[in-house]
Parts: sequence; C-alpha cells; structure tokens
Amino acid sequence: MTMKKMLLAGTAAFAVSASAAAAQTEISWWHAMGGTNGERVNKIAADFNASQSDYAVVPTYKGNYTETMTAAVAAFRAGEQPHLVQVFEVGTATMMAAKGAIYPIEQMMADAGEPFDGSDYLPAVVSYYQTPEGELLSMPFNSSTPVLWYNADALEAAGAAVPETWDDVKAAAQALVDNGMECGFSFGWQSWVMIENFSAWHNMEMGTKENGFAGFDTEFTFNNDKVAARLQDIADMQGDKLFVYGGRRGDSLPMFTNGECGMWMNSSAYYGSIKSQAKFNFGQTMLPLDTTLADAPQNSIIGGATLWALQGHESDEYKGLAKFMTYLSSAEVQAWWHQETGYVPITTAAGELSAEQGFYETNPGTDTAIKQLSLNTPTPSSRGLRFGNFVQIRDVINEEMEALWAGNISAAEALDNAAERGNALLRKFERTAK
Amino acid sequence: MIENRPILNMVSHAVLIFGVIIVALPIWITFVASTHDPVRMTQAPIPMLPGGYFWENFKQTLFGGGLSGTESAPVWRMLINSLMMALMISFGKIAISLLSAFAIVYFKFPFRMGFFWLIFITLMLPVEVRILPTFEVVADLGMLNSYWGLSIPLIASATATFMFRQVFLTIPDEMLESARIDGAGPLRFFWDILIPLSRTNIAALFVILFIYGWNQYLWPLLITTETDMTTIVMSIKQMLEAAEQSPQWNIIMMTALLAMIPPVFVVVAMQRLFVQGLTETDK
Amino acid sequence: MLKRVHFPTSLLPYLLVAPQVIITLVFFVWPASQAVYQSFLIEDAFGISTEFVWFENFTYLAGDEQYLGSFGRTIFFSVCVAVLSMSAALVLAGFADRIVRGATTYRTLLIWPYAVAPVLAGALWVFMFNPTLGIFPYILEFVGVDWNHYLNGSQAMALVVFAAAWKQIAYNFLFYLAAMQSIPRSLIEAAAIDGAGPIRRFWDHIFPLVSPTTFFLLVINAVYAFFDTFGIIHAVTQGGPANATTILVYKVYNDGFVGLDLGGSAAQSVILMVLVIAMTVVQFRYVERKVEY
Repeated sequence: MTMKKMLLAGTAAFAVSASAAAAQTEISWWHAMGGTNGERVNKIAADFNASQSDYAVVPTYKGNYTETMTAAVAAFRAGEQPHLVQVFEVGTATMMAAKGAIYPIEQMMADAGEPFDGSDYLPAVVSYYQTPEGELLSMPFNSSTPVLWYNADALEAAGAAVPETWDDVKAAAQALVDNGMECGFSFGWQSWVMIENFSAWHNMEMGTKENGFAGFDTEFTFNNDKVAARLQDIADMQGDKLFVYGGRRGDSLPMFTNGECGMWMNSSAYYGSIKSQAKFNFGQTMLPLDTTLADAPQNSIIGGATLWALQGHESDEYKGLAKFMTYLSSAEVQAWWHQETGYVPITTAAGELSAEQGFYETNPGTDTAIKQLSLNTPTPSSRGLRFGNFVQIRDVINEEMEALWAGNISAAEALDNAAERGNALLRKFERTAK
Repeated sequence: MIENRPILNMVSHAVLIFGVIIVALPIWITFVASTHDPVRMTQAPIPMLPGGYFWENFKQTLFGGGLSGTESAPVWRMLINSLMMALMISFGKIAISLLSAFAIVYFKFPFRMGFFWLIFITLMLPVEVRILPTFEVVADLGMLNSYWGLSIPLIASATATFMFRQVFLTIPDEMLESARIDGAGPLRFFWDILIPLSRTNIAALFVILFIYGWNQYLWPLLITTETDMTTIVMSIKQMLEAAEQSPQWNIIMMTALLAMIPPVFVVVAMQRLFVQGLTETDK
Repeated sequence: MLKRVHFPTSLLPYLLVAPQVIITLVFFVWPASQAVYQSFLIEDAFGISTEFVWFENFTYLAGDEQYLGSFGRTIFFSVCVAVLSMSAALVLAGFADRIVRGATTYRTLLIWPYAVAPVLAGALWVFMFNPTLGIFPYILEFVGVDWNHYLNGSQAMALVVFAAAWKQIAYNFLFYLAAMQSIPRSLIEAAAIDGAGPIRRFWDHIFPLVSPTTFFLLVINAVYAFFDTFGIIHAVTQGGPANATTILVYKVYNDGFVGLDLGGSAAQSVILMVLVIAMTVVQFRYVERKVEY
C-alpha cells in the first residue's frame, strides 16, 4: 500500500504544478488544428494575449474535427464546456439547432458592446453560417474551397493545356496516361468536392428548402441524372486509369505529390503541404465546368470550420471573447493567416491587404479560391448547406460512392441509395430539432 | 529430445526465425521511419534503411512538443501521464480485487452471491460501449483532467476479481485450518498466506493491467481537456489526422517507438512470472 | 464457490468488498443503466430536446441493413483473426517445443507485440500498406497485385485482420507453448518408439492434448476480436471503404461519437451488452467445469 501512497503524493504534486495559472480572465478555445496550422493558432492566441492584459486565450488541441466537436458536446452535457470551439462546416446544422447551447456570435458581440459590421465579410464565406434573417451565428475561421491542383510539368510533357471543362479534364487525363503516368486525376473529400460543390458550381440544388436553409423538412435531390451522369463517366474512366480513387479526406494527397496522378481536386488549403512535398511545378485553377449543365460556373461553396461560442459562462468572459473575435477578424491577422495557410480570408479588407502586399503576384494561383467563391452573388443553391446529421450523411455518401468506384453499383444506384439513407437521417434530425 | 533430426531442427529454427521476422518487421519499419526527415517520408517508396535524422527527431519528439504546433505537452510529460495511469490502474485493480475475492471465497455473509454477481456482470464489457454516460459521471464528480478520472473508472472490471477467486479456490483448505490453529485472524491469514501464495498471479495480472492501462485510447481522449494530461497513445492518433495536412510520419513513428518501449519492457522483463501466472491457472 | 472452511460472519467481509462494489456501482452500473435509458430516447446532441420513444431505436436497427450487415462482418472478422493468429501461434509453438535450446529466446522475441497498443498497431500497418508510400503495395506491384485498401473492401478487411492477428500471435503462442511443455515427455517418447514421425506425433498426440487450450484461446480471441480491435479499425480503415470493415463495436462508436446519434448508439450498446453477458456465461461455465475436475 505504500506504493499507492507514493502515487498519491505524485499525483498531488502534478496537480499543483499544472494549475499554476495567471490572474487574468481565461478564455478557453478548443480547436482541431494540428501540425503547423496548430502553431499558427497558438501564435494568434499569444499575440492577442500580448496585445492586452485583461484576458488570456488558452488554445487546446482536441484532435480532429469530429473528436473536437464530440468533446465539446460531451463537455457541455457535463457543464464543462469551453468558451469557444472550432466546428467544421457540416456540424453547422447540429450546432444551430442547439439553441440553448450556443451563443450566436453577432448577438454576443452586440451584448458585449463590441462593434460588428456584417458587410465587412465575404458574402460567400459568411452566408454559410447566417440565419435566414442574416444574423451571423459563428465566426468563420479556416475556410477553404476545392480547386483543381495540377502538375504543370506533367501536363506540359503530355502536351495538354490546363483544363477548364470536364471534357478538358478527360482529354488531359488521357494525354497524361498516354504519356506514361499511372493515373490521370484523383480527388479527396468526395462528397464535398463531387456532390456538394459540383451542384453549387452548376447552380443546382442539392436538397429542397434551399439546401435546408429554409427548414428542417428538407429532402435530398442530389440523386438526379446530371450528377449521376458525371459520376458514372468518372467511374468509367477508372478502366484506363484516367481516374484512380485514393481514399477519403486527403488520403490521396501522396498520389499527387509523388507524381502518380497529374491532377487532383481538393481543398485549396493543401497549398502548404503540396508546396513542401511536390518535386515538380504545380498550379491551381478553378474547378472544371460541365458544359452540358451550365454555360458558366456559379460559385463554389466553402469548407473548413468556424468558431462557435457556447453558453454558460460569465458576461465578463464573453466581453473578452468578443474582443478576441474583433482581433481575429482584423485585416492584419486575417491576411497573415490566409497567406500562411492557404485558407481564404474572411473579410474583404484582408483580401485587399494581401493584394496590396503583393502576395498574389509572388504566389500565382493562390487567389483561385477567393475568385471561385466570389464569382457571382450566391444563390439559394450555392450559398451553402444546412442539413442535420450531416456528419453521418457524408459518411453515407462516402460509402455509396466507394461502392460505385469499386464497381458494385451504378452511379444512379449509388446516389439513390445515398439519398434514401440520407433522408432517413434528415427525418431523424427533424424530430430532435424543434 | 526424442530423436535427433538435424534437418528438422534446422527447419524448426528457420520457421521460428521467419516468425520472428514477420513479427518484428513493423517495428523495423517504424524505426526506419523515425530516422528520416519529414519530406523523405512522403516520397515513394519509403526507405527500408535508417537515415540520419534519428537524434533530431528524437529531440523534437521528446522535448520539442512532438508534432509541431499541437502545443501538446512535451512527450516526456505524456509518458509520465501514461505511466501514472497504467500504474494506478494496475495497483488499484489488484488491490480491490484481492480484497473482494478474499471476502467472497473465505467468508459467509448475507448477500454474498449478490455481491459476486454485481461484480461479475462487469466482466469484459469494454469502456467504449458505455463511454458517454461514464463521462458524465466522472464530470459530475469533478474528476476530469485528473489521474483519478483517468484510472478509477477503468478499475471497475471483474476480470481480476475472477482470477483471484480461481486462485484462492485452488489453495488447500488445510492452510486455513492450520492458520486458525495458530490463532491467525482473517487479515493476518490474508497478508501472510494468501498474498505470498498468489505472488505469480499478481505479477501476471500486473503485466496485463499495466498494458491495458497504458494502451487506453478513447477514454483519455475524452477525459482530458488540458494538454498537460494527455497520454502518449492518444497523441499518436491525433497526429495521424491533422486537418488538411499530410501526416508527419517521422515524428509519428518516433512517438510510436517511444510509446511502445515501456509496455514492451514490462512484458519482456516480467516474462517468466507473467507466463507462469497466466498459464498455471489458465486465467 | 465458497470454501468449506471459512471465517465467521462479521462486518469485515463487507468492508473488503466495499471498494470494488462502490466503484462498480458508480462507474459501471449507473452509467450502464443510463445507456439503457438512453436507448429508449431520441435526443439531440446537446441533450436539450428529448423524446421518449420506447423501442423505436431497436426496431430501426432491426430493419437497418447496414447494422445487420455489420453482424455478419463482425463474425467473419473474428473467425479470421482467431484462426489466423491461433494457427500461426500453434505452428510456432510446435516448432519451439521441439528445439532443445533457445525456446525462451524465441519466446522473448515473439512476445512483445502483445504490449503494443491497438491504435499503434493500426498506425504501423496502415503506414506499411499506404497505397502510394507503403512498402507492401510496392512489393505487391511486382506480383501484379494493385493494392488499394481505400477502394477495395476485401483488401481493407484483409489489412485489419492481419493487424489484429499480428498483435494476438504472442498471447496465443505463450499458451500453446506452456500447454505443450506440460505434456509428459514419456507419452511422446512412447509414440516415437511406436514409429510415429514428428508430424504424425503432432497431429495424433500433441494437438488433441492441447485442445482445452485451443478452446480457451478461441473464447479469448473471439472477445478480443469483438471488442479490443476497435483501436485497430479506427486507425486503419475507419470502417471503410463502403462499410466493409465496420464491425459492431466500431459502429457503436461511429454512430454515437462521430454521428452524435446517442439513442441509436445506446441501443447498439445494449445489444452488445446482452451479447457480452451471453458470451461471459458460456466462458464462465467452461472455466467452472475445469476447476471442478
């Protein structure tokens, strides 16, 4: 038993050393940014803390997006929630429906007497997170949009131009494979890139009720002939290796950076990783247009995450949080964040500042994401998505698309299955969100 | 041996060496990965021979906060947390199990079987399937971010009680009779006779529980909200999935290597007692 | 169950069982009953709106093809893991039992994967089999196998089976070797004098004699594959592609933890609890019988 006593003593010693904190008001911020982006998050917090002496923002890395969100939910149920939590865009409907749990950012800023002007923000970025009345619910933080990454050396060697349409993509993929490449193109985050953004890009609704913005009684409509035809064409390209599937999320990144695939569709935020790993000249361009569906692209929708304030803390702490929000969205911080990470800036001022600093001239192509997002004024079909249980629904879409790539079912079947299973999840959500 | 067949002996060794190679290969690859720079680890095919970055990776991992930017506790801190958690689980579970098995086997008292079944139903039901309600209990008791919260809920399991019960049942009754003739009370008997007799079982159980505690993943992930309390195993999975970035395999593999050493050391060092204690009672 | 000779009744036994009983009640019985209660609810993630729905979560599962499919997959996965790791361990133990010197050395070299965390084992294997970077896909390409476990469900299943079996070989090996070493030498020598060759002796004498160990290990391996492989699946495939590696315990986690569907996930937990209790009773009866004889 003496051993146990020693352990107890050890525990106590640690508890003391761990809780030696400053006398400032602490604001906890749970985030999902690992790696170098995590370093940048820490820098933002540290710079804010250094800029004033009343508040201290404490960032904590809580694992990936789902783990961070679940940790916050579990903590809320136990009354231990942080002030601020980073939630990915597909969790938006779940967060929004939890009215007693969240503190809408715009309202929080107003309550704290902190100035806030919604028109400072890029419409395509904030529209995803606004109520139908235009109130901003959460603060966009790291937003990106899918772009077409290409291996410039490989395209040149194959004599192919940078593609603008899906026909171009197919022709370029053929040229690349004919020239000895192992694969023409690939993509990651397939539901986001090939269904959500494909629909928005061609101004097609993905679900009824303005993609869920106008009510929880929404139903999926992405199982239409147009999406099915595009996906079936891609599935058929697998035979000649024009398209190779490389897994969910960013799992297929090494295929692109190792020169197996000449083109890759995924988030603009992979800029940093590609830059450090690719041993060839690369570039990014806008998503390809399906000329049978539209004459010109609409706009793409964002991904990434926003910061949600949670209820249940002291008003003084929210004052500090509001100040931090102001700091976070200032042009300097946003321009720095944008240039460092490849995420899009959330305010127009930050974009302009980046242009002034000559960032886009020295790094050609890095403004592709902003161009895509602000191509046109967002329509109800291209403003964003608001589907409940969307985390699970994305999994369902992933599963059915994987069955398609594996050749088990046709594109039409895959989409019908996904829509049917997705609708069941939407109905389930509708019951809990009243 | 029964007969001497040199060829068969050679075959035996060959098969065993092949087995050892298969078993060891993942570790070799881990080691190799931990000796290269991050960019090299994203170029196919990955190297099979060690590179020159072992010490750099080692230093960054152990003292530099591991994966850059997670502002996670330095890895040495995680190692201490893991160690505390594993030790508290092993000692706690062995202690309470010895006591309750002693009571159930050597005493007759009302509700004895009731207690036995109450303990028994917890057998093998993993934490994963009751994790959220358990989390709420721990939070209500204010045990988040503490070694207590990390370890005590995982002590609630019957495997150890069950094993000691089996051990005690095989101890001859004469032991107790002679002890009572000598005038020894129950606690005396427990301390002087039962504990020494179950020494190997305690050792075997210690190995199992240490590894069980060390290898926990989901529970510490949920229960620790302060980076100071993270354990080494949970940090590995987090490293695999940094948002919109490719994994830094060299650091991940170095951390994996460090995370493996303590439990492997415990198993190998206590191997004799472990094997004896396990196989003699068939659990 | 109880010793023939025992101590007189007093307060002491209650004090002795108290720590374990209290911990069990607080951290097991109460949360488990909460899980049972939750399985009758449909709830939003934050627990703000709650609707009592009786057995709706269960009837939903009964009609959910994905869930029923994961039953079959779990059994297939468990059988594969048990057979692969046990037969590999049996072969290794058989040879180790034969050799005069060095058996302990081999034991030391084979024992340690037991100590590797499932999540870690998963990370190692997923790295070795990464379709682009991994060493095995690189080798497999020479024999004409196009490895892509992100797409091919059978390959993904094979990968998690390998990783799970790899970790369990050590444990099985220990038990088999101990069982073989406890077989009286005279028995084997008698068989040898009768002219039985080594392979013959193994199948006719050694294998039947270690069959109690085989049965015991079968139960242990099944439980291992059912529950403890969660970390492996989580790190390697996350249930994909197209659900090809979603086993029951992973689905509980995924629906509850990722999907935040607490009621549905709790209902699955309850079903799992019933399964575990059934498996436990089977094992308990077996162990009990062994002690008696």
